[in-house]
Amino acid sequence: MKYSYYPGCTLKTKAKDLDAYARVSAKALGFELEEVEDWQCCGGVYPLGKDEIATKLSSVRTLAQARDKGQELVTLCSACYNVVKRVNEDIKNDENVRTKANNYMQLETPYNGETNVLHFLEVLRDRIGFDELKKKVVNPLTGKKIGAYYGCLLLRPGSTLKFDDPENPKIIEDFIRAIGAEPVIYPMRNECCGGYISLKEKEMAANMCVSIEDNAAGFGAEMLITACPLCMYNLNKNSQGKLPVVYFTELLAEALGVKEEVK
Amino acid sequence: MQRIGVFVCHCGSNIAGTVDVKRVVEAIRTEPGVIHAEDYPYMCSEAGQQLIAKAIEEHKLTGIVVCSCSPRMHEATFRKAAANAGINSFMVEIANIREHCSWIHKDVEEGTEKAVILARAAIAKLNLDTPLQPGESRVVKRALVIGGGIAGIQSALDIADAGYEVDIVEKTPSIGGRMSQLDKTFPTLDCSACILTPKMVEAAAHEKINIYTYSEVEKVSGFVGDFKVDIRKKARYVDSTKCTGCGLCQEKCPSKKAPSEFNRGLNTRSAIYTPFAQAIPNVPVIDTENCLKFKTGKCGICQKICAAGAVDYEQQDEIITREYGAIVVATGFDTIKLDKYDEYAYSQSKDVVTSLELERIMNAAGPTKGHLERLSDGKAPKNIVFIQCVGSRCSDGRGKSYCSKICCMYTAKHAMLIRDKYPDTNVTVFYIDVRTPGKNFDEFYRRAVEDYHVNYVKGQVGKVMPQPDGSLLVQGVDLIDNKQIKMNADMVVLATAIEPDPSVRNIATMLTASIDTNNFLTESHAKLRPVESPTAGVFLSGVCQGPKDIPETVAQAGAAAVKAIGLLAKDKLTTNPCTAQADILLCNGCSTCANVCPYGAISYENIQINDHGIREERRVAVVNNALCQGCGACTVACPSGAMDLQGFSNRQILAEVDAICR
Repeated sequence: MKYSYYPGCTLKTKAKDLDAYARVSAKALGFELEEVEDWQCCGGVYPLGKDEIATKLSSVRTLAQARDKGQELVTLCSACYNVVKRVNEDIKNDENVRTKANNYMQLETPYNGETNVLHFLEVLRDRIGFDELKKKVVNPLTGKKIGAYYGCLLLRPGSTLKFDDPENPKIIEDFIRAIGAEPVIYPMRNECCGGYISLKEKEMAANMCVSIEDNAAGFGAEMLITACPLCMYNLNKNSQGKLPVVYFTELLAEALGVKEEVK
Repeated sequence: MQRIGVFVCHCGSNIAGTVDVKRVVEAIRTEPGVIHAEDYPYMCSEAGQQLIAKAIEEHKLTGIVVCSCSPRMHEATFRKAAANAGINSFMVEIANIREHCSWIHKDVEEGTEKAVILARAAIAKLNLDTPLQPGESRVVKRALVIGGGIAGIQSALDIADAGYEVDIVEKTPSIGGRMSQLDKTFPTLDCSACILTPKMVEAAAHEKINIYTYSEVEKVSGFVGDFKVDIRKKARYVDSTKCTGCGLCQEKCPSKKAPSEFNRGLNTRSAIYTPFAQAIPNVPVIDTENCLKFKTGKCGICQKICAAGAVDYEQQDEIITREYGAIVVATGFDTIKLDKYDEYAYSQSKDVVTSLELERIMNAAGPTKGHLERLSDGKAPKNIVFIQCVGSRCSDGRGKSYCSKICCMYTAKHAMLIRDKYPDTNVTVFYIDVRTPGKNFDEFYRRAVEDYHVNYVKGQVGKVMPQPDGSLLVQGVDLIDNKQIKMNADMVVLATAIEPDPSVRNIATMLTASIDTNNFLTESHAKLRPVESPTAGVFLSGVCQGPKDIPETVAQAGAAAVKAIGLLAKDKLTTNPCTAQADILLCNGCSTCANVCPYGAISYENIQINDHGIREERRVAVVNNALCQGCGACTVACPSGAMDLQGFSNRQILAEVDAICR
C-alpha cells in the first residue's frame, strides 16, 4: 500500500526523529510513504479568517497532488494534520473557498476536496488495525507505563477532524496496548500544552506543562508520548522534567525491532 | 351559478398595512359569480358579522369568501355567521391574506397582488362548493391518562372528581413518577413523598379511577370521543389479588444484584421488587432478566415462602381493550445521557453525579440512607461544586437548545440544604444565568446566597479532572473577575438537562399527535390552546409538553383535565363532513387508498355494478365516514381518480390552482 506523505517543515528540522522512526516503521508494517513533491509549509496554524485564501494554498497543492496519484494523504505532525484536514474540509464544504482557491491555483483539474487525509495513527488504527500491529510486534514494551499526551491539535475541532472523542480519546491508549505497554489514563491528556504562547508568556506555558506532567506522573505514568513537535518542545522546555517525552513513532519502531535502522 | 359575496378585512393595520384592501375589492368584483364585494376594518367583530349577514340577505348570496386571517383563527366564526344568516356553513371560504400574505411581505404592491390571487383562488373554489351536512358521533364517557406521575395523577383525580371514569396506564410497577424520586421540593422545602403519597393513595382509592401499572399502551384506533385502546398489562408474575404486600419475597430473594431504577442505579435491588416503600400498588414484580428461576430454572424461593401463594411464574402478558372519549398524555421526562459530556468526568468518577442522583443520595430511603457521602469512598464531601446548564441552552448540538427551567431552583435547593445540614461544607455553583421567575422563587435563591453563603460563580466549567488522590480538580472561568479558576472538589453535581421520556415518540405516533424536534408534544396553539394537542381529543399534561416544575405541572394537569371533562360532558359530537368518498364506477379495488389511510377508515366491498349494460361484481373501496378525518391522503394516492374529498374535491383544488396561475 502506498500513501502520499506530507512531512511538514518541523519534521525536517527539530523533529527529524518523528519522521525517521515513522518511515522505518511503515516499511516494517508493509506500507510505503511517498513524499509529495515540492511541498511547502502548511502555515503551522489554521487560518481562521473567512477571507483568508493564500495561507490555505499550500495545503491545497499537496492535497491535489495526492488526488492526482489516487492516494490517501498521510501526515504525522499534529499541526500539519490539523491545518491540512481543515483546509480540505473547507474546500469540500465552502463554495467560496473552493472557487477562490482554484482560481489562484489554475490546476489542470480543479481540486474539490477528493483526497482523504489521514494521520499516521489513523493508518495504524483504520488501515493496518491495532490487532494486526500487535502481531507484528517483535519487541513488546511489556510493563512500561505510558501516558498518551494528545494535546489539542489532533482532537479539535472534533466535528471537523473526527479523529477521536475530543473529551475522552482512546486511540493512543489503544496504540500503547498494541505495542505491549500499559496505557496510563490521566485527565489532562487532552489539555493544551500552551502552544505558541510559550514564546510570549513563558510562565503560563510553564503552568500548563507542569500540571500536565504532574497529573500524568500522579496517575503513575513513567513516560509521555506525543505526535506533536510543539507539544514535545513545550513539555521538554517548560515542565520540570519529571517524565521523559518521546514521539510515539520511536516506541513503534522499537516495538517493531527496527529502531536501530535509524542513525 | 353561485351568488358570491367577498368580504375583505383590514385587521386594523395587520392586513391593511401591507395590502391595499380597496384595490383587492375592486380587483375581484369582476370574478365569475361575485355579485358583491366590500371591505371593513374588523370583519370578525360583531358589526363585521352583521355586515356579512346583511349582505347575504340583501344580495341573496349563496356563498361567501372572507379575506382575513388564517382559517384556524376565525373560520368557525364566519361559518356560524353565515349559518345564522341562512346559508350552509360549508359555503364559506377563507382567503388567508394575513399569515400567508400581509405578515410576510413588506412591499404593498407585492402584498396586494398576492392578496388578489389568494382571493381569486378562494372564489374559484367556492364556485364549486356544495352544501354539506355534518353528522354526529358518540362520546364514550371515560378518559385514559397515559403516565402515572404527578401530572397523570392530578389529571386523573380532577376528571374522576367530575364524575367520569378514568384509567391510568403507567409503564413502571408503581405510580408516582419522577416526583416520588425527589427528596425535598422548592421553594417551600417540604418533603416530596409527604405531599405526593396522599395523592397516590387518593388516586388508588378513588372509585372512578382504575390504575394499570406495569402496563403500556400498545395500539390506539378511533377518534375524538370514541378511541379504542389496547393496553398491554405486562406479566408481574405476582397475582395482585392474592399478594398482601408483606415484602418477605424481596427480603429472601437471593438475586440482589440488579441496579435499582428508582435509585438511578446507585445501589441494587432484588429480582422480585417493588420500586420503593410507598409504591402503589404495593405488589412486587419479577424482573425476569435477573431472576434465577427465569434464568436457570433453579430457585423458586419467593414462591415457596409466599404465604398468600401469590407468586405465579406462569403468568402471561394480558391485552386489555377499552374505549375512551378523551386521552390525556402525561408521559413525563428523564435526564439526558451524559456520554457527550466527557469533560465533566461523569463516566470516569463515581463522585460526579447528576442532580437527580443527588436527590436519591439526600433521601432517607436512598442508597446512603440520606447521609451526604461520596459514592467512591463513603467519606463526607467538604467541597462540593454544582455545574448548571449541563446539556441545557446548548448551541453546539451535543445537548438541548432549550432551558430546562427547573435546574436553577433545584440547584439552589440542594446548595441550601447541604449548607444547612453540613455547615462546614463549602458549596460553589457555576452558572450561566440564574433564572428564578416564579412565586417566591427569587427570594429562595437569594436566601441560598445571602443566608447560606453559597458561593455563586458566573461562568462555566471547562473540565473536571479526577486526581490521583481521589479528589476532583474543577477548572472553570469566573466571568465577573475575568479569571481562570481551578478548585478542588470532593463531589461534583451536574444539573443535567431534562428531555421528554423516550416512550413519548411511540405514543405520539399511535395517537397521531405531533411532536417537535426535541420530542416535546406540540400544543394546538402555543398561547391560546396550550394543553390541547392538534389531534382532537388528545390533551397534554406535564413535562411531555415542555419543561415544568411541580406547581406548573399540577396547574397544567388540571387544565388538561378541564378540557377533557368539557369533551366528556358532551353526549354527541358533530363530525366533519369533509370526508372522502369513492366513485364506485371509477374504483377498481386496488387497495392503494387503504394502504395510505392513517386512520384505517377504508375497507372493501364486493358490489354488483351495471356498467354500460354489463352486469358484474366488482371490489370497491368504502369509506367509514366516522373514522375518516379528511386528510386527503387517499385522494392523492388513488391511481384512477375515484377518491374524492367532500369540500376539497379534486376539481376544486385544480380550480384554485388555475385561479392562482391565471
